[in-house]
Amino acid sequence: MNAQTETWIDIGALDDIPVRGARVIRTRVGCVALFRTAKDEVFAIDDTCPHKKGPLSEGIVHGKAVTCPLHNWVISLETGLVKAPDEGSVQTYPVRVSEGRVQLDPAQLAQGAGA
Amino acid sequence: MTEKLVVIGAGMASGRVLEHLFESAPDAYDVTLFGAEPRGNYNRIMLSPVLSGEKTYEEIVTHDAGWYAAHGVICRFGEAVTGIDRDRKVVLSEAGETPYDKLLIATGSAPFIIPVPGKDLPGVITYRDLDDTNAMIAAAEKPGGRAVVIGGGLLGLEAAAGLKLRGMDVTVLHLMGHVMERQLDPTAGHLLKADLESRGIRVHTAANTHEIVGTDRVEAVRVDAGTEYPADIVCMAVGIRPETTLAKAAGLACGRGLHVDDKMVTSDESILAVGECVEHRGMCYGLVAPLYDMAKVAAKTLAGAEGAYEGSLTSTKLKVTGVDLFSAGDFADADDREEIVLRDAARGVYKRLVLQANRIIGVVMYGDTADGAWFFGLLKDGTDISEMRETLIFGPAYAGGTPLDPMAAVAALPDEAEICGCNGICKGQITSAITGGATTLDGVRQTTKASSSCGTCTGLVERLLSVTLGDAYAAPAAQPMCKCTDLTHEDVRRLIKSQELKAMPAVWQAGHWKTSCGCHVCRPALNYYLLSDWPDDYVDDGQSRFVNERNHANIQKDGTFSVVPRMWGGITTPDELRAIADAADKFSVPTVKVTGGQRIDLLGVHKQDLPSIWADLNAAGLVSGHAYAKGLRTVKTCVGTDHCRFGTQDSTGLGIKIEKAMWGSWTPHKVKMAVSGCPRNCAEATCKDVGVICVDSGYEVSVAGAAGMDVKETEFLAKAETENETLDLIMAFTQIYRENAKYLDRPYKWVAKVGLDWVKERVVDDLDNRAALVARFKHSQSIYQVDPWAERANDTVTEKWSPMADLTLEAAE
Repeated sequence: MNAQTETWIDIGALDDIPVRGARVIRTRVGCVALFRTAKDEVFAIDDTCPHKKGPLSEGIVHGKAVTCPLHNWVISLETGLVKAPDEGSVQTYPVRVSEGRVQLDPAQLAQGAGA
Repeated sequence: MTEKLVVIGAGMASGRVLEHLFESAPDAYDVTLFGAEPRGNYNRIMLSPVLSGEKTYEEIVTHDAGWYAAHGVICRFGEAVTGIDRDRKVVLSEAGETPYDKLLIATGSAPFIIPVPGKDLPGVITYRDLDDTNAMIAAAEKPGGRAVVIGGGLLGLEAAAGLKLRGMDVTVLHLMGHVMERQLDPTAGHLLKADLESRGIRVHTAANTHEIVGTDRVEAVRVDAGTEYPADIVCMAVGIRPETTLAKAAGLACGRGLHVDDKMVTSDESILAVGECVEHRGMCYGLVAPLYDMAKVAAKTLAGAEGAYEGSLTSTKLKVTGVDLFSAGDFADADDREEIVLRDAARGVYKRLVLQANRIIGVVMYGDTADGAWFFGLLKDGTDISEMRETLIFGPAYAGGTPLDPMAAVAALPDEAEICGCNGICKGQITSAITGGATTLDGVRQTTKASSSCGTCTGLVERLLSVTLGDAYAAPAAQPMCKCTDLTHEDVRRLIKSQELKAMPAVWQAGHWKTSCGCHVCRPALNYYLLSDWPDDYVDDGQSRFVNERNHANIQKDGTFSVVPRMWGGITTPDELRAIADAADKFSVPTVKVTGGQRIDLLGVHKQDLPSIWADLNAAGLVSGHAYAKGLRTVKTCVGTDHCRFGTQDSTGLGIKIEKAMWGSWTPHKVKMAVSGCPRNCAEATCKDVGVICVDSGYEVSVAGAAGMDVKETEFLAKAETENETLDLIMAFTQIYRENAKYLDRPYKWVAKVGLDWVKERVVDDLDNRAALVARFKHSQSIYQVDPWAERANDTVTEKWSPMADLTLEAAE
């Protein structure tokens, strides 16, 4: 694969993700959660809370953040950083919406796994 | 060479022009002044104090014969001008012709006479000049004389007040819905009417004068409705129109008034005009300030200097002693306008600012007009008030500068400053309640009602408590709902009810949320409050629910879920047990456990299998047990009279009835119930949210128990004689808890806050209220009592429970 060109692969329709909700995709590196905010922004981050591995895709989405359903850690969807007073971070992945379709870069996904 | 200036009209406007002219160019003109009234110039706006007897004519004279003589003005008072010959530049009058180089027309205005029968009867007078005023004063000398004033505008009300002070019996008839409708909004109009009536002046609005009755002089005024108001004099003060008869006859351009340009020049460049007779940029003015502005410009034009009049913004004060009223600008409602209102109904204070794009465009003040001039200045200057908006309504004393310390700001508020908008409670009422012993927020709420409706003023009331009591006030641990808002849960619940907010964005707006779409703390609470208060209108928002309620199953630490089918009253059948066993086999459920609430729990189900396992359980007649819900969980029972030798009633049957009635209801927190068939209490009913102990004579209903982090015995609510009464009590209790409790407060916590007596009054003692609560509960159930498993067990929904894509193969290239 050519690292210079971005190869986006189609994941599904934006409308398959509930507004202020998430869907999960399975990858070689584990589950990645695709979030859709109230403003139709889409973010992709690991579906695993750094705290006790809670499924972030099941959390409540507010602004550009998600609250883990297990113990209410708040994670930024943009940066993957855990908001204070808790500490930690979650891997984020490039994702885009093109003509109503959600697209991911699998190369980035592989790099993310290596990082 | 000295030019000839002829002035027609010896009123306030021309007087002011001459003053300016003599200051800047004393020798430019030989001036001839025609005046219809046989006297010099007096301050016409001060006629009201003359009428009321507070001033004499001599006190209001501005330019007497001596002043004119001193400036070389030839006065022709009492001599009517009959025409203007513009071609020959002469003014025609009884005495002959007077030539001019420049002519200034200041003929003022004429009172408008409504064309009704009897308008010409003796005793019908207008209110325009000193003669009118003297006629009214003379009429008032008759003891017990009755006056009817037609017109509730500025002039009419001043006339009415003056006549009243002269001892007359006064009635005001006004065509429109509220007095001074051009200057006041309905609220201020209402306050003014009440004020006038308290002075003994009757005011009838929406009264259209039909006829003035009388044979050789006025006797009464009849309105459309047929009512007659006896009158010795009738003062017609319905309005004025620009006096343009002369100008029109001379062929000068006229509309409503005599047209002038910005230099106050008419369509004839030798002729100027000022005052109430002119129309400038489509506006005619009847107030003194614009006249003075025009006079300045006219004097400059006459002196050959540059000047331009660009119209006036006017403000109004009513010259009635003891009535404080101020209005300026435009105060009609419009979509792009906002308003700031301060009311103190008890003291008759009302202040309203109309804002557009952060600028004041209208001011109405009543009762306290001290800051009128300051507001008017901001209005005229178009000052951006966004910086001082918070304290703007309190006037210049509090405006601008650095943001005030909230305590100091509250301490500085005047006693009439309104704190609670919902109930119209001002600071003074609250502070006197506090000094009178209401030393807590609840105390203030109970004493004054302040902060007991929407709750947005709770912070202000608390600061007042703190300011008034000092260190003696221990602020309650009233925590804001979350970081998105300063409001507490209780405040928000009141806000939702009082303002009928039926959607989350409406709550965010009204509650000044600091975030765009809330957070994981406030959203689930708001979702509950809205669906509880507005079952018909609000649409449940799954994305604002915690994971368990969204998935209708309980998430476990490994991300799998537990599934608990409902077993009504803890009763099951071999078929149901077989279906549960089959499902456990089919979906490889690792753990099957009996719960504390007499149910069977299937633990370790994968999310994508949830719809399928629900479909299988549904097929066997099993529905969601809501073991995940902030709602009714279980009704635990003992076997009762069916089997037990001690049982007094059918506790199992009652438990099933309760569960059938209550399942599916959303509540602020989970609700667990139990029914025991005798006081031995095998169902452990006395540590539940609602427990029933059956006795020989009926059913003892107790509430607010706990057996979790706290352990607490239930408190006795009431004894019922029948199962139906028991059910009603339970539904009513649940509903009042649903409507009032803070989200995530179990009943025992909530009852501790409001007190069991408060609950008993409404649920036990007040039978009407109990019935209303039951009806509201049943109505809500008609909407929310649906099996979420059945709704989600079909195939199209199932997809959403699975991963959206599987890239495990894709990425292996």
